[in-house]
Amino acid sequence: MAIIRSRLMTTTTNNKEEILIIKEQDVVPLRNRVRDYGVKVGMSILNQTKLITATSELVRNLLKYGGGGKVVIESVSNGRDNGVRVTFIDNGPGIPDITLAMKDGYSTGKSLGLGLPGTKRLVNEFDIKTELGNGTTVTITKWKNG
Amino acid sequence: MQNNVLSSLKEHENKLLTIWSQLLLENGSTDGITEEEESKEFTSLLLDALRISNGNNQESEEFEKVHDLLIGISSSRAKRGFSPRENAQYLISFKEAASQILSELERDPVKLYDANLILGSVIDNMTIMTFEAYMKGREDVISRQIDEISEISTPVIRVWDGVVALPIIGTLDSSRTQVVMENLLQQIVDTGSSIAILDISGVPAVDSLVAQHLIKTVSATRLMGAECIISGIRPEIAQTVVHLGIDLTGIITKASLASALQTAFDMLQLTVVKRK
Ligand SMILES: Nc1ncnc2c1ncn2[C@@H]1O[C@H](COP(=O)(O)OP(=O)(O)O)[C@@H](O)[C@H]1O
Ligand SMILES: [Mg+2]
Repeated sequence: MAIIRSRLMTTTTNNKEEILIIKEQDVVPLRNRVRDYGVKVGMSILNQTKLITATSELVRNLLKYGGGGKVVIESVSNGRDNGVRVTFIDNGPGIPDITLAMKDGYSTGKSLGLGLPGTKRLVNEFDIKTELGNGTTVTITKWKNG
Repeated sequence: MQNNVLSSLKEHENKLLTIWSQLLLENGSTDGITEEEESKEFTSLLLDALRISNGNNQESEEFEKVHDLLIGISSSRAKRGFSPRENAQYLISFKEAASQILSELERDPVKLYDANLILGSVIDNMTIMTFEAYMKGREDVISRQIDEISEISTPVIRVWDGVVALPIIGTLDSSRTQVVMENLLQQIVDTGSSIAILDISGVPAVDSLVAQHLIKTVSATRLMGAECIISGIRPEIAQTVVHLGIDLTGIITKASLASALQTAFDMLQLTVVKRK
């Protein structure tokens, strides 16, 4: 059991696993795994759907732009609520302009450009770290009652 | 290089088995009874191989027997739900047990070092083999499933004169969209239909890629002069799509296949009435 202290509250990790993502076929199993975590903390169907849709967006970005990487799934609690945290880590090229990438409709890949901004709207916590030439890490948390 | 202490491990077979089982139980990488026989046979064969070829020739007939048995064990362990980690632990624990006995038997540090080196290389090779067996088993399953899925995935159904429906079950990835779209367009031509219903009740999640594929399919249908209705949009999918920011305003969407069919009837100016 690991404890991560943040400014506001203490988040406890109860269960954790890491999944390697290298090809498109890895997307569905990952999504199902994330759903299992959602079910385990008792998430509603709506929140489960939001969580797996967000997961789907970010894992596709990790494959398409980051060239693959790994995903960490955790079930977390903050004392008041339980939730699922998913972290997407790639060692790809990074994002040159995050503000631009977070805009609705911005895409360098001829797609809808809704993955990052849409994901942010679907989850309760969204954090993105990126460094040119070094990769991108996106962390999302969905609380059971969030 | 002759290493006598490795050869003499055979004389301590029972002790080795005891220590090994102990270790396996401690790190939880065995389910106990069901495995005892296999482990016994494995130990016996491996110690024979070490006695005869001394670990220097791992391609020998004796080692071949050990390897065959091991592949059987690891695939049966895989089926019983052991992780690759637990599978590796199985062999690593064996090495630990054998190492313990070696240090009791051999007092000369150089000879002991040699013995451990050979033992290490033998076990490492086997670990790699079990990993490969495990992966191969998994890949076989996966490729069989892919074949099965693409076979059952895209039936186009003629629901009415001039109306075709295509239920989509599972994930609509890029390659599958291609198949779905080709099938649908072909059926529209073949049946001379003017309305296509794409039912997504069986799609677990609609992300922006799936949405883009759906939009593309609708546009292609319209280019053929037909109208496309998307049905089976569950409430949670509808809400998620809205939050995601996907614009489906130009597309006719319906909650159920039944209401899509009703819409199709309206468009064809058909009325379904109850017989008096
Ligand atoms: N993991 C990543 N590595 C590098 N660039 C990324 C990554 N994720 C997103 N991007 C960049 O951000 C843009 C916006 O991403 P997103 O909102 O998901 O839209 P889309 O995937 O449709 O392009 C992408 O076009 C890409 O340029
Ligand atoms: Mg994207």
